[in-house]
Amino acid sequence: MKARRADGSWPWLFVLPTFLGVVVFYLWPLLKTLYDSFTETGPFGGSTWVGAENYSTLIADGEVYRAVVNTVVYTAIVLLGIPLAVLFASLLNRPGLRGAMIYRTLFFLPYVALPTAISLVWRIIYNGEYGVLNQALGVLGIDGPSWITEPWFALIAVALLGLWMSIGFNMIVLAAGLKGIPGELYEAASLDGASRVQQFRSITVPLLTPSIFFLSVVTTIAGFQLFDQLFALLGPTNPVMPKTQSLVFLFYDAAFVGNDRGYAAAVAVLILAVVGLLTLFQFRFQRRWVSYD
Amino acid sequence: MRITALLAGVVLAATALTACGGNSDDAADAKVPDDPAQVKGDLTYAIWDVNQQPAMQEIVKAFNAKYPNVKVSISLAAFDQYFTKLKTQGSSDSLPDVFWMNGPNLQLFAGNKQLAPLDGLIEDKQVDPANYPKALNELYSWDGKQYGVPKDFDTIALWYNKKLFAEAKVAEPTADWTWDDYKAAAAKLKAALGPKGIYASGDELGNQGNYYPAIMSNGGYVIKDGKSGYGDPKSIEGLQFWSDMVKAGYTPTAAQNAETPGRERFFSGKAAMMWNGNWLVSMALKSPVKNDLAIVPLPKAPSGERKTPIHGLANVMSAKAKNPQAAAAFLAFLGSKDAALIQAKAGAANPAFNGTQTDFVNSAPYALKTFIDAAAQYSEPYPVSKDTSVWNKLETDEIAPAFGGDKPMSEVGPAVAAKMDEALGKEK
Repeated sequence: MKARRADGSWPWLFVLPTFLGVVVFYLWPLLKTLYDSFTETGPFGGSTWVGAENYSTLIADGEVYRAVVNTVVYTAIVLLGIPLAVLFASLLNRPGLRGAMIYRTLFFLPYVALPTAISLVWRIIYNGEYGVLNQALGVLGIDGPSWITEPWFALIAVALLGLWMSIGFNMIVLAAGLKGIPGELYEAASLDGASRVQQFRSITVPLLTPSIFFLSVVTTIAGFQLFDQLFALLGPTNPVMPKTQSLVFLFYDAAFVGNDRGYAAAVAVLILAVVGLLTLFQFRFQRRWVSYD
Repeated sequence: MRITALLAGVVLAATALTACGGNSDDAADAKVPDDPAQVKGDLTYAIWDVNQQPAMQEIVKAFNAKYPNVKVSISLAAFDQYFTKLKTQGSSDSLPDVFWMNGPNLQLFAGNKQLAPLDGLIEDKQVDPANYPKALNELYSWDGKQYGVPKDFDTIALWYNKKLFAEAKVAEPTADWTWDDYKAAAAKLKAALGPKGIYASGDELGNQGNYYPAIMSNGGYVIKDGKSGYGDPKSIEGLQFWSDMVKAGYTPTAAQNAETPGRERFFSGKAAMMWNGNWLVSMALKSPVKNDLAIVPLPKAPSGERKTPIHGLANVMSAKAKNPQAAAAFLAFLGSKDAALIQAKAGAANPAFNGTQTDFVNSAPYALKTFIDAAAQYSEPYPVSKDTSVWNKLETDEIAPAFGGDKPMSEVGPAVAAKMDEALGKEK
């Protein structure tokens, strides 16, 4: 203990840059947003205290509930990317697989490309009249919908894109998790006569649960921040937007189209509260299914 | 103890961060000194159109020939983020010194004291409003003062594809067409070309290109004395015209337009005509149908009247410009005939300075003079208020999707008017 004391203020000096960054770029905006949510703030600042008025508007606003539902549906669909990624990652991890690097690169490619650029390409794929998707469905005799202009289809189209983009990242995390599983376990299981499927269910999946847990927390948080794919794939003037908008889109709309920053701050606080609660919930329930042995 | 001291330091630093930036001389009555060499300093000039950047750089070069001691750096942001960025900069007193402005945002920025009025420049004859179309001077004025020097302008005309008209054996549009002629031609075009997946009209059901001109031609209005005009019977008739066009299947719906914009159909030969502006000239010249296109004035309303909204960009100056003299000198130069001619030559925009549009008119073989004549003869100011974007959103969310729907415009119009009036009532 004494030796540590002798370090004096030096350690603090090393922590300072990060600490300052956190305070200036995270803590301060957080407090400012919280404060703003209780004010009426115009597009250029200049705020007046209005108490909980923004929150009562928020509760009375039907758009908010629709946005919550949309955001939850989106997040739920993107979460399906985790089991898919577990499957793909373990297939790619099979010893002796040829061209594993090529597959890995292909799966990871969507993650490193710009979301906006990807969305613009998918706009063309999804196009109801000329798009590749509907042309392909047409060959099968299915008359495809206008993917990006019909209410539920549009949301599903955005979510499928999000799912596709998330798989690359999921697989990298899971691949690292797979490397951490000792090979002896599989050897022992084979000696005991366990089939590949049994090994997958009894060894791979349980030992991957810490990675799966991490991914589900991160994916949920990212899902609640849905904005750019929605904006770029559907376009802000799309008539379907009022029915597919997410919470963050609502925030953007209030802040930069409606010029009502106080209300926008209240929406931001709502997003923070929901994400915080969900994350807390996930941490609470991890004991039941995540094994750290 | 140390942690407390540290925290105190952080808070102080944060306060300093928020405090700096402002605190400069008031730019309101900035004048340009007589000796150009005396004007010194650095300026930032914010724009959003990458196509026009070369012309803007040319203008800066020409400006520097006269004012060698001012360094102008151009900052480019895509239009979708441009005003978001400006509003953020405005709230921290760090707006660019001189920047592009559009009609819908002028009153918001001027009314929140973000812009410097042109009083000093006009008094000194550095900027003369008489050089620009009157409707544009009005668009860039707020509370009796002018804030913007008009940069360019656009009006609406009827674009059509001669080859498709010939193919359908329909007589080409003329300047004497009425809305009924437009509809009758659309019916024939649909019958002949519809089976090939070609639409009669590639109209995008946008406010500026489609229903503003229809409403104005019909004697209605969008906004007057702070009240919405969407409940006015004349305005409703204008809206109904477009709703009928969509319902008859001549014009794609708003949803179809969201997927494949009408202009893309038109410029790929998948639509025969459309109401649209002169900002599409460069797109037209790059299109596969560039040799088949023509332009005539808009069709007339049943009353025989024809109107188009006129909109244009303007250059404005921040109220907190760090170097008001240099900024004023640059702003005056941007409004000069020299600058207008550079713009016209580059062909990217149609300059607002009266009499400098010849180069623009000659930039494409499409009777582009129609747009210039429209500005002089039958244009009305673009409708704006202080919080234009709020009711513009009502228009995109509620008017455009209703075209061709089951609800008649006599229900949609008044419903939008009520909401718009509520929004207008909140402006202050």
